Amino acid sequence: MTETMLDKRMTVDDIVDQISDGMTIGIGGWATRRKPMALIRAIARSNLKDLTVMAGYGGMDIGLLAATGKIKKLVFAFASLDHYPLEPHFRNARQAGAFEVLELDEGMYHWGLRAAAMKLPFLPTRVGIGTDIINQSGFDFKFVKSPYEDGEEFVAMPALVPDIALIHAHRSDERGNLLTLSVDPIFDELLVRAAKKSFATVEKIVPTAELDMKKNSRYNLVERAMITGVAEAPLGAHPSSADPDYQLDLKHIKTYVESAASPEAWAEYKAKYVDVSEADYQASIGGQEAVKQLPVPIY
Amino acid sequence: MTQNSYSLAELVIAACAEVWRDDGEVMATGIGPLPRIGAGLAKLSFAPAIQTTDGEAWYTSAPVGPGKRAVEPEFEGIANYDRVFSALWSGKRHALVGPVQIDRYGQANISVIGDHKKPKAAMLGARGFPGNSISHPNSFFFPNHNKRAFVEGEVDFVCMAGYNPARYRNGGPPQGLDLRRIITNLCVMDFGGPGHQIRVISLHPGVTFEEVQDNSGFPLAKISDDIPTTPAPTAEQLELIAKIDPNNVRATVFKDNPAGDRRAA
Repeated sequence: MTETMLDKRMTVDDIVDQISDGMTIGIGGWATRRKPMALIRAIARSNLKDLTVMAGYGGMDIGLLAATGKIKKLVFAFASLDHYPLEPHFRNARQAGAFEVLELDEGMYHWGLRAAAMKLPFLPTRVGIGTDIINQSGFDFKFVKSPYEDGEEFVAMPALVPDIALIHAHRSDERGNLLTLSVDPIFDELLVRAAKKSFATVEKIVPTAELDMKKNSRYNLVERAMITGVAEAPLGAHPSSADPDYQLDLKHIKTYVESAASPEAWAEYKAKYVDVSEADYQASIGGQEAVKQLPVPIY
Repeated sequence: MTQNSYSLAELVIAACAEVWRDDGEVMATGIGPLPRIGAGLAKLSFAPAIQTTDGEAWYTSAPVGPGKRAVEPEFEGIANYDRVFSALWSGKRHALVGPVQIDRYGQANISVIGDHKKPKAAMLGARGFPGNSISHPNSFFFPNHNKRAFVEGEVDFVCMAGYNPARYRNGGPPQGLDLRRIITNLCVMDFGGPGHQIRVISLHPGVTFEEVQDNSGFPLAKISDDIPTTPAPTAEQLELIAKIDPNNVRATVFKDNPAGDRRAA
């Protein structure tokens, strides 16, 4: 019997090469948690343009792509850096009218992913009724009536289908069996199921046995058939967190926030932290040693 | 301060706590320090069944105040992101939130000021406000009661649904819409006026109805010609507040931490 080897290992740049101009990319994580930042930095450095970015639970991913002019259209529910409630680069770009937006409720975004994951064109919801979410120009929300006796009318939340989903997880084997070790898996699973293709960066690629899957089963969120490629990217979520491996880097986030104050400050930040290799980036933030010492944040 | 004195923040915390008085076993979410301490106060006194979180992914047995913690709290359940939606869609939650604008219908906004396509000020985005507003009870806290917060006309982008008949295709709002109270630095209000009109139900000590009306962009109802004074926190409540907030974060919310009874100054 020959063992079928499924080697899905790639580099961060290999993943970015899978993205083309005008594509819709879905980004996992939540505000300052498990954002696939190594990938976002690589996209920010690339020549890609006119992206539709789906980041329902956005943070620095949206900000960095906005500041580097990558976004044609943004599908989102919020953008925040948590301890710094307003994402400053998102804010600057949005106030300049730099991209088109489809603003959704967090639960609607969740529902759109779930519809896509279930291969349904829509799912009914009451969410959005009575608000301006369903009155946005540029998108024509449809309604659907319950066929049962109640006859209630619902918003038909359309499926949200990214061409490519990007997430960051903790461990993977070379076949794409993932472990997301955080207490809160957020909605990365649904994003992956919703997308046509999904790629994950992980802190570490290990042999399958080391995943200790029986013990860690609850951290295995999705079938490997849903994962097209995995790239090892230690500290790949920095400055967001990949708890329990490391916490968010508030000091770096402050530096990032301050970089939105002027074009000069942004140019300086970009030169130092974006237009550099990932190895240089890691060195500039003190490497694994420093990042693993970051304190647990208090909310 | 003397033994019987209390700050405006403490008065507001006690008023915030009241929103959960008769809720039973629900998830109590207070956004911002005063609503969060208020939820803790309710839990430790008259609403022990409510569930509060550590601000992240866990329900805790005892309320967790803002800032540094002396001890790790006891966790009593998980409240991760998916579970928060499951709880809120079921209606088993009462949130006390702090929008930027609210209008006469209770429609609230945290998304943008100005035009949605090219806003004067981009803020958070709608977050979960649309779903919250039609799924479970909601109350509000505004630290600055003025016409920029209590706007004339409608809010710039309606994130939370309210009692505005023009917004409903079927004649009425969805079954879950239940706007409860508004607590500000001047008064406590509810939606108990004619046709859900916002109504002043108590005035903070030394505040007049005229002052509240002058700082609101739309006409307010009153509970009676003789509007009650917002009850001062009791000595026992002040002790509990100090226990929940040992870092005294509450003293930083209002500039110069003013007294709760402005006449006492």
